[in-house]
Amino acid sequence: MNLFDVSQVQHHFETNSVLENISFQVKVGEIFGIIGPNGSGKSTLIRTMSGLLKPSQGEILFYNKAIGSYKKRDLAKLIAVLEQEGIPPLSFTIEEVVAMGRYPWLKPLADLSHLDEQIIEDVLKNLNLWKIKSQAVSALSGGQRQMVSLARAMVQQPKVLILDEPTTFLDIGHQMLVMDHVREWHQSQGITIIMVLHDLNLASQYCDRLLLLDKGYVQSYGKIHDVLKPETISTVYKTEVIMIEHPVQHVPQFLLTSQ
Amino acid sequence: MTGLIALLLVSLVLSVMIGSVNLPFVLSLKILLSHLPLVDLAPSWSLAQDAIVWDLRLPRVFLAMVIGAMLSSTGVAFQGMLRNPLADPYILGVSVGAAFGAASSILFFRDLTLLGYFTTPIFAFIGALLSLWFVMSLASHHGQRDRETLILAGVVVQSLIGAAISFLIAISGQQMQQIVFWMMGSLANRTWLDVAMLTPYMLVGFVYLSLQQRDLNLISLGESAATHLGMEVEKKKIQILIAGSLLTAAAVSVVGIIGFVGLIVPHLMRLIVGPDHRILLPLSTLAGAIFLLWADTVARSIIPSREIPIGVITAFIGAPFFAYLLKKGLRRQV
Repeated sequence: MNLFDVSQVQHHFETNSVLENISFQVKVGEIFGIIGPNGSGKSTLIRTMSGLLKPSQGEILFYNKAIGSYKKRDLAKLIAVLEQEGIPPLSFTIEEVVAMGRYPWLKPLADLSHLDEQIIEDVLKNLNLWKIKSQAVSALSGGQRQMVSLARAMVQQPKVLILDEPTTFLDIGHQMLVMDHVREWHQSQGITIIMVLHDLNLASQYCDRLLLLDKGYVQSYGKIHDVLKPETISTVYKTEVIMIEHPVQHVPQFLLTSQ
Repeated sequence: MTGLIALLLVSLVLSVMIGSVNLPFVLSLKILLSHLPLVDLAPSWSLAQDAIVWDLRLPRVFLAMVIGAMLSSTGVAFQGMLRNPLADPYILGVSVGAAFGAASSILFFRDLTLLGYFTTPIFAFIGALLSLWFVMSLASHHGQRDRETLILAGVVVQSLIGAAISFLIAISGQQMQQIVFWMMGSLANRTWLDVAMLTPYMLVGFVYLSLQQRDLNLISLGESAATHLGMEVEKKKIQILIAGSLLTAAAVSVVGIIGFVGLIVPHLMRLIVGPDHRILLPLSTLAGAIFLLWADTVARSIIPSREIPIGVITAFIGAPFFAYLLKKGLRRQV
């Protein structure tokens, strides 16, 4: 079953064309990666899929209904989004920020119920944030802040998690921490993950299928081995790469060669 | 919360005591209590003393509290919604727009105003909305708005509308006094009628804003994050800005332009109680009442038998405060 059915999507900012004739499907329960060089339209595509941006042309179906026809609140019960920038340096505590993830589920003016509080507590414990829950978010490192973002998304209890380059500003330790928690969540709850990734090696390790964008067009789309070919990658990214197989996970990995 | 309410009540009695004729604390308290229902006190005071407390000072004290609460809660709402600690109805040009609306209603629409006095806030509201809309569209660039640009847009609109008001003053005859009064801000010679006129606007504004506390918290995550959590951000923003403009316009149409209240009070309260609007909004509303009550008490009593415009007092405190915030904000961005 298709979760997302994107067909013939085009988008322009003023006269700049950002997306051209994009069509693909995301299946229920998969980890779907969107990759491509800077300026290839990845973030714009994600914004149209999360309902933040209405594309100039084309159609995006989510559960067989146009994404634009959902109420924001109903959409928030189904889709959680982790943004690249993460959480601004607020003086709210970790617990308060994570609790905001319950917003779409709360009745107007109602407080958090016992069930809500239980959900929040479980997630905080699961992500090792329980002991520091009373710390202000502004005092956290970038990596910790991204974990708080993830916790907020988990508390939202969505069916789909969309991540926009979640690891860009993180060191390798935090990259793996975030990615492993995302995968564990995917496996335990069966949620669908759609992520924009900068890092081809991460994409290859974590995704089931990939969409490679180049200058707003779909360059290739499908299984890891069909998309991550050294000739394609060298052409699209305009740099020489060497492809090897990951010794443990047996997926393609890329090495860079200085010119 | 209880502390602030107690402080507000004590301030009320103290402020009633102070003036050209100083009255003892106990006597003022007794006079006040004697007007409450179910309280029966044998009068140990003269009728003149009763009139000073009940007819002269108390309406003014009430008005100061109500106006302070209105301006301060507007400040909280604007700062929260626009995620800009410098957003205040005065700095964003809402107050001056309201003054212009009120002044034009007096000059040009005298005959239309059947209910006279009671329609001034409506014209002030229209003026406030127009100037806020102008500031917001001037400051937005591809949907982005940074905090200094917003302030600059406020300055531009303030000078423009300020000039328009000066023009009105120049062509006005006998109403000149009243327009000048709006520009300076004063609570002198107010009666219970003024308090009554403000009440409906105040209630509508307060009830609406008090229902938005959770959304004001949510928007601090950023507009796209709030949208992803299910908030209708654009709709909410317009509603909250309109509610704040309504409160500001009502305040301005009665007492004129009193600046900086919505800047100083919320900022200090944020330092004390933190960013949670469920606490910040009610406490800033109370603190705004106390702040303006004392500012007005100083305005009417610091120089014997002279009255300083209250806008002067709040500007003396507010402008340096604004400078400090601006400096702090700029340094953070570098």
